[in-house]
Amino acid sequence: MDARIKLIDIAAFLDRLDRHDQADDYRVHALREAISLLGGDGPGRAAEILDALSDQSEAPIEAATIQGAFGAPNPDSK
Amino acid sequence: MRYIEPHAHMVSRTTDDYLSLACAGCKVVNEPAFWAGFDRASAQGFYDYFRQITEYEPKRAAKFCIDHYTWLCINPKEAEDPGLAREVMALIPEFLERPNVLGIGEIGLNKNSRNELAILEEHIQIAADYDQLILVHTPHLEDKLKGTKLIVDALRNHPKIDPARVIIDHVEEHTAPLVLDKGFWAGMTLYPESKVTPNRAIDMLEIYGHERIWMNSACDWGVSDPLSVPKAALEMRRRGYDDAFIDKIVYQNPAQFMGQSPRFKPV
Repeated sequence: MDARIKLIDIAAFLDRLDRHDQADDYRVHALREAISLLGGDGPGRAAEILDALSDQSEAPIEAATIQGAFGAPNPDSK
Repeated sequence: MRYIEPHAHMVSRTTDDYLSLACAGCKVVNEPAFWAGFDRASAQGFYDYFRQITEYEPKRAAKFCIDHYTWLCINPKEAEDPGLAREVMALIPEFLERPNVLGIGEIGLNKNSRNELAILEEHIQIAADYDQLILVHTPHLEDKLKGTKLIVDALRNHPKIDPARVIIDHVEEHTAPLVLDKGFWAGMTLYPESKVTPNRAIDMLEIYGHERIWMNSACDWGVSDPLSVPKAALEMRRRGYDDAFIDKIVYQNPAQFMGQSPRFKPV
């Protein structure tokens, strides 16, 4: 039941984004790509999804201009 | 059930929370220095904060029969200003002899910047110079993987740092093996909206083993649950784990790590 609730909640969230014209946000694209990983063979789905939502660069950034995080790497900040 | 809350920012919590912790079986709280939710204007603000967590907070915890330990640093969110950070780090040595101080923490990275990394390395040097345990914060969300790799490298690059005396906190499924495989301790933070849920934390125990690992609430001024550790213990019981296993995870493991400091007194 717990997984069913969460799955439907994600579906409703995506519907809501479409309805409010927010589906082009880079975080939504990252989320959709990550969702596709749910269909893969396990184990390791959780780590794969976390990896997909992670900044894969290796060098420190020049300076921290903000303090928060957004859930997915912003492609425009590279 | 007895347990240790190995990461809690009690300065941000009410006395009702202390009562709830005590009633749930909490015997010890471990309070690393952290970000106050806003950037402090001067090193003097940190001086007062260090007094609060070494003088006042232990007395508040004691009213609920809870032992209180703490850790000192300037947190990575305020480390982008190296001048301020170095003024704060200069304050640390005079507090290291206080009876409830276990080490340097929670140091680490936030946005993985050059200044944050430099201040992290200087904190590591303080820990090495004064033979202190280290408690590390890893970044949030998309920054966690990269930050964890940078932190592990910084710690491993220091010749005097023993991984067995370092806990790297807030691990998730993609970072736990990076930490544990290098001999560090790993902390799992149980948050309602981010980091890990009790079920995911127990999954990680099943996948990565139950040595050199603890779970904590990291309760603070934000969305967090000071009772998340006993709630995770209940979830372990639902999965069929016995009292001895639960005691190892929620009491013995944190006591083993913290007990590497001579100041820690087992309950």
